Amino acid sequence: MTISLPLHMQRWRKFKNVFMIGLCFLSAIVVIAPLFIIFGYTLSQGIGALNLDFFIHMPKPVGEPGGGMANAIVGTLIMVGLGAVFGLPIGIMAGIYLAEFGKNAFGFTVRFLSDVLSGIPSIVVGVVAYILVVMPMSHFSAFAGGVALAILMIPTITRTTEEMIRLVPHTLRESSLALGIPSWKTTLRIILPTATKGITTGILLALARAAGETAPLLFTALGNRFWSTSLNEPIASLTVFIYDYAKAPFDDWNRQAWAAAFVLIAMVFVVNLAFRFVTRSRYGTSHN
Amino acid sequence: MELATIEELEAPTMEIPQATQPEIKTIPEKMIAQNLNCFFGKTQAIKNVTLSIPTQKVLAIIGPSGCGKSTFLRSLNRMHEVAGGTMTGTVLLDGLNIYDSDPVVVRRRVGMVFQKANPFPMMSIFDNVAAGLRLNGLGDKNKVNEIVERSLKQAALWDEVKDSLNKSGMSLSGGQQQRLCIARTLAVDPEVVLMDEPASALDPISTAKIEELIYDLKKNYTITIVTHNMQQAARVSDYTAFFYVGELIEVDDTKTMFTAPRKKRTEDYITGRFG
Ligand SMILES: Nc1ncnc2c1ncn2[C@@H]1O[C@H](COP(=O)(O)OP(=O)(O)O)[C@@H](O)[C@H]1O
Ligand SMILES: [Mg+2]
Repeated sequence: MTISLPLHMQRWRKFKNVFMIGLCFLSAIVVIAPLFIIFGYTLSQGIGALNLDFFIHMPKPVGEPGGGMANAIVGTLIMVGLGAVFGLPIGIMAGIYLAEFGKNAFGFTVRFLSDVLSGIPSIVVGVVAYILVVMPMSHFSAFAGGVALAILMIPTITRTTEEMIRLVPHTLRESSLALGIPSWKTTLRIILPTATKGITTGILLALARAAGETAPLLFTALGNRFWSTSLNEPIASLTVFIYDYAKAPFDDWNRQAWAAAFVLIAMVFVVNLAFRFVTRSRYGTSHN
Repeated sequence: MELATIEELEAPTMEIPQATQPEIKTIPEKMIAQNLNCFFGKTQAIKNVTLSIPTQKVLAIIGPSGCGKSTFLRSLNRMHEVAGGTMTGTVLLDGLNIYDSDPVVVRRRVGMVFQKANPFPMMSIFDNVAAGLRLNGLGDKNKVNEIVERSLKQAALWDEVKDSLNKSGMSLSGGQQQRLCIARTLAVDPEVVLMDEPASALDPISTAKIEELIYDLKKNYTITIVTHNMQQAARVSDYTAFFYVGELIEVDDTKTMFTAPRKKRTEDYITGRFG
């Protein structure tokens, strides 16, 4: 027995179907369009300053043309790396705690405060790091910048780790426990690897956000026109350079600011790809 | 030789307190549940069950859905508590109360196969079988290889996967995945294997393979299988226990159970009058 609708109803239904799919497709385009626009625009504005010198030379004094931002590129890498060194272990372990043992008042409180923390403006985090690190040390430093970035990363990493662990089916944990595998090994060796894909996405978001922060670095790392890799000294960063150079009244500095913006985006992009490559599933997801 | 004798001497000889177990009484029991009550919060899923599990035989547990079959099974390797349940009573394994032992050790000795096949998704076929060994600290590669091969053979899967051990466990068919999970369970060398409706999600051919497998395994293992399929219980088991709303109604050797049950309720269930 078949039920067939009148022809005009069928057409109307098909039209609605195509219309909705089209709408979703358009929305998807709107989502990625800004990225291409930003990428294209920064490239077109900064291309004049993008050359090998930009990557391997130091900034030139005012008035002298040329020069590069080698110190700022390294500074950004150092501070984001430092933030990751502090932020990843704490965020991931806190996420594991919340997922595994967080069904109590303490877990609820941590979860709630972590969400609040992720909504705090980054400039406030910068001030906090200033009070916590810069004032006791009585000078600006790369270390302080790394701490500020870690504070910004931790809530994102914590919450994604927790959510992704929670998404792992309960039956998987039970199968592991039923093999006589202890609970903590089950979490670290069975559950965590299964959740890696999702956690990686969270980590990348956190890293990208940290790499793009300016305000917290103004209060902590300050900036530096000279070469430094010391954690104990003020250090340059791409974002602070963009901030300084973009508002300067010199055309070549403005161009360099655009070039720095482009390099920053490209770095985030490359790190993204590299991370995904390293943590990719050996089997993909196509088997399911 | 001497050691063996001492062990024999000290082997616990236990009386089975339950009057409804005339047949099983005469053969040695691997496990005994005594006055077992299982709860989920305030709901009682198992009510004062005493049942013994005969050594190297297949015991089938049947009964309508929700009668507590899974709960009973999971109380035998301390998985009940993993789901947040509580219990009273004792469960003896070779005479020792498993609730006085380390759950990790208990679960190595009493393995479990679940209803839905669930290979570890990030692992290859080989790694799935090796997981229990490696994560319990067996580092010797040759030994691991040897046990993985042996376990896959025991689970009647070796011939089908021996050339693709590095493929994802998820790439196998449903029936193969379930046999992979059986191999994974056997690899840690348990003495008892609990199976919770292991074939209920499989096609008839895969089901037949699993049943054949169970028949072979009882030479070396004590097996308890939950099934809602009475033909299956009749085919694979030596003994059958019938549960109804959390109580053990009757247990007997499978033939008697299906031809001459002593309780009216059992008869009604077996003949399909309810359930
Ligand atoms: N995780 C759980 N939480 C609360 N109640 C449960 C849980 N699992 C099972 N139950 C209850 O326990 C009883 C027995 O369930 P179960 O042992 O799964 O039955 P069966 O396997 O015979 O279908 C049912 O009433 C069921 O609703
Ligand atoms: Mg069940």
